Amino acid sequence: MEQIITTLINGLSAGGTYAMIALGYTMVYGIAKMLNFAHGDVIMVGAYTIFIFFTMLGNPLIGLLIAVVLCMLLGITIERLAYRPLRGASPLAVLITAIGVSYLLQALAQIVFGADIKRPVFFDFGKISVFGLSIAVSTLITLIASAIIMVVLSLFVKYTRTGRAMIAVSEDRGAAELMGISVNKIIVITFAIGSALAAVAGFFMIWKAPSVSPTLGALPGIKAFAAAVIGGIGSLPGAMLGGILMGIVGAFSNSFEFTAPYTDAIVFAVLILILLVRPSGLLGKKRREKV
Amino acid sequence: MKALMNIKWKHYINYVVVGAFTIYLAYMAFAGDMPRSQTTLYTDIGVTIILAVSLSMVVGFLGELSLGHAGFMCVGAYVGGKLAATFTEMFTDLNEYIIFVIALTVGGLAAMLCGFIIGLPALRLRGDYLAIVTLAFGEIVRIIFLNSGGVFGDQSGMKTPRLDRQILPFISFILVLVTLFVTQNIIRSKHGRAITAIRDSEIAAKATGINVTKYKLMVFAIAALFAGIAGVLSSYTENKIQAATYDYNYSIEMLVIVVLGGMGSINGAIVASVLITYINNVLQTQLQGNMAVLKNLIYAIVLIVIVIYNNAPALKGFRETYNIKNLFSKIFAKKHDPSKVHDDEAKWDRVPTKIDIDEVLSVDIQTGSPYAPDKSEKEKN
Amino acid sequence: MSKVVLKTENLGISFGGLKAVQDLNLEIHEGQLYGLVGPNGAGKTTVFNMITGVYKPTTGKFWLDGENLTGKKQETINHKGIARTFQNIRLFNNMTVIRNVLVGLHNQKEFRCSMLESILRLPRHFKTEKAMRERAKEILRIVGLEEERNNLSCSLPYGKQRKLEIARALATNPKLLCLDEPAAGMNPHETEELMDIVRRISSEYKITILLIEHDMKFVSGLCDEITVLNFGTVLAQGTPDVALNDPEVIKAYIGG
Repeated sequence: MEQIITTLINGLSAGGTYAMIALGYTMVYGIAKMLNFAHGDVIMVGAYTIFIFFTMLGNPLIGLLIAVVLCMLLGITIERLAYRPLRGASPLAVLITAIGVSYLLQALAQIVFGADIKRPVFFDFGKISVFGLSIAVSTLITLIASAIIMVVLSLFVKYTRTGRAMIAVSEDRGAAELMGISVNKIIVITFAIGSALAAVAGFFMIWKAPSVSPTLGALPGIKAFAAAVIGGIGSLPGAMLGGILMGIVGAFSNSFEFTAPYTDAIVFAVLILILLVRPSGLLGKKRREKV
Repeated sequence: MKALMNIKWKHYINYVVVGAFTIYLAYMAFAGDMPRSQTTLYTDIGVTIILAVSLSMVVGFLGELSLGHAGFMCVGAYVGGKLAATFTEMFTDLNEYIIFVIALTVGGLAAMLCGFIIGLPALRLRGDYLAIVTLAFGEIVRIIFLNSGGVFGDQSGMKTPRLDRQILPFISFILVLVTLFVTQNIIRSKHGRAITAIRDSEIAAKATGINVTKYKLMVFAIAALFAGIAGVLSSYTENKIQAATYDYNYSIEMLVIVVLGGMGSINGAIVASVLITYINNVLQTQLQGNMAVLKNLIYAIVLIVIVIYNNAPALKGFRETYNIKNLFSKIFAKKHDPSKVHDDEAKWDRVPTKIDIDEVLSVDIQTGSPYAPDKSEKEKN
Repeated sequence: MSKVVLKTENLGISFGGLKAVQDLNLEIHEGQLYGLVGPNGAGKTTVFNMITGVYKPTTGKFWLDGENLTGKKQETINHKGIARTFQNIRLFNNMTVIRNVLVGLHNQKEFRCSMLESILRLPRHFKTEKAMRERAKEILRIVGLEEERNNLSCSLPYGKQRKLEIARALATNPKLLCLDEPAAGMNPHETEELMDIVRRISSEYKITILLIEHDMKFVSGLCDEITVLNFGTVLAQGTPDVALNDPEVIKAYIGG
């Protein structure tokens, strides 16, 4: 029983990280109507930034702050240079460009930082005992922080002018433009928020498993995209649900010896099964083609 | 004789070019002194063409986005490779080429079965949803083979038999010809028309009586068959196959080739395969050590620039003025004259694809669930 | 009276709580030109979507030539003999005109040719391809698009695109041809031409036609029987003179 609860908490914590990345995918998809394949690599850039400032200053939190700002700038730059020229072009062209940007970031990272894996070790608070369960402090902090971020983001989207404008653009870009909303501005803000979340996710990722490499973001990126799709892409609560589900499934699969090597396969199998039953994801809206 | 005159040679140019190169490779194999760098390059080009042409059936002609092509290749490589390894051990007096053909068939069929299975969700999902499902499938396959507990090798790979390096490029291009023959003959038949009809408008295709289910499954299965064959072939090029080769990056690379070649163009897919494999190869040999990573950088920049140049709405005017195709047609002053075209033989190989944003992003086109009718239908009029 | 081609009984569908069409009873006889009219949002296209299998009706049934086709797949219904055109044109845009029609001929028994035969280029492949082209040209002649057969369908003007849709539907050899606002967006001259084509399809090729139209002149000039729908229910049925002069119908159109 204790084992199960510990695994559950680990899963929730990992799921929180996935959810943060998935939110970036889902927001960009909902508003810019594109699959930002390079999102995973923004995490990687964030992780390297944190690592560098951590080794320079000894404090990962300052690194995190700088990484958030830097990733926001990076996201905005990518949008401006690679995606905006293609607005209105075929989505496949945009997808291919996003793949190109992903390759570009990985190659640049390899040139600048080298291909070897860096292993920064941040604060180690060890484990604490909560209700008789022994849980790593970093796990708990990740869990709490991601919960707070998700709540704040939901409130932001619901109650601020910008947030509501974002919803309007995702519902109908043309109509939103007619209502005086600057679509370009909203898309830039979306990329900035998504990239900031990616930087935070990068921080939690390397805190838990201290290894930084140019391909750090690739697989988590794909898995988080899968999480966003499970939840129903374009839906914020869906991305959170999908991310957490993915974290829990992964944690339980990892806790058994005979399923551990297949964890990624199991996670993807869950994705396929869910999509077969609900083709638009758990919380996704059904869009029907008009006849 | 008259029949020969009537043949539109333009339609068969790819057979002629690929065929001529195959003969050249046969001659080189006979001479038997190709350096290793060349045999690897030619075999790789063949493998890439097979993959790109079969993927272009799915993406370019059926209009479905697939990111799991490497997964089918992986199935072919492991099943075919394992079979070949077992046979070589068990029947020592069996000719290695017979074993190769058996491995090719079995590996291809195994991949075809997987293609059929992955075609099933394609009936319900579209666009990015299908893309992520195919990607997931590819990863699942790879992870299963990687952790097969000794059946298909271990983490470091699986040992496979190998053919004579001198003959391999020739075999590879024979298989390219087979692939071309099959895919091109499907595309240039009533079945090809049905497939492209599904791409252009699935709803209209259904209303016109096209069995969409059948054709989608068929295209996925046939594309997977050839990917499987390419997989078996690739397993014969190395002593050992590694699951890491067939990850989603490889699928994406194939997709990039198809898109760069021009969607819905078989010849374009061939040209792009040759070009990209060749460039990859040259960069790989020229850039040693730390510089090797420059290859990826150049690749990425070229990719981004080409796609933006070809697709950016803002550059439309520029493209139309300085387009190679237009320049050519200006020089030769040849205009499209419908009356001179033999019915429906024009535009067989080059069907321009325009995927509407709605079609790729439309999440779910199931029928029978709630949807407010009639209102938005009026918008158009 | 000639035999009934299409019969619907209490056909109805609701989307969520909205009853888009209810209790529709139609009887269309062989060779008839039947009109379905009504104001915007009356549920006319929904009726088409039900009898062509796009939507599954929630209540009632319909029969084609006495065969119950309720809830069948779109392809099956087309094979059984109902073909349609679309209100917002849905041609295969990247194909030539003749190719659109060739797709329509795909399932005809006389043009059967398996994929294997096509791959191996057996004689049957060439024979069917040739026969199909001949037939496609014949069909294009009916709608007057033979000359433009090798142009891309998206390059055709609007009126001709509508005609091409009719040709494509005809190619599937239907017993019942459903035309969804065939004259929408056409100028008076084109409308005249279209009326001629529809009449010829009906008289020369003995195909029963069900059409939706807003243009009352078009309807009363062509149809021998009509059904008027409003908010998904039948207001009036009968010959155009009688049905269109029904006080309920006038009220629905003019309001008040």
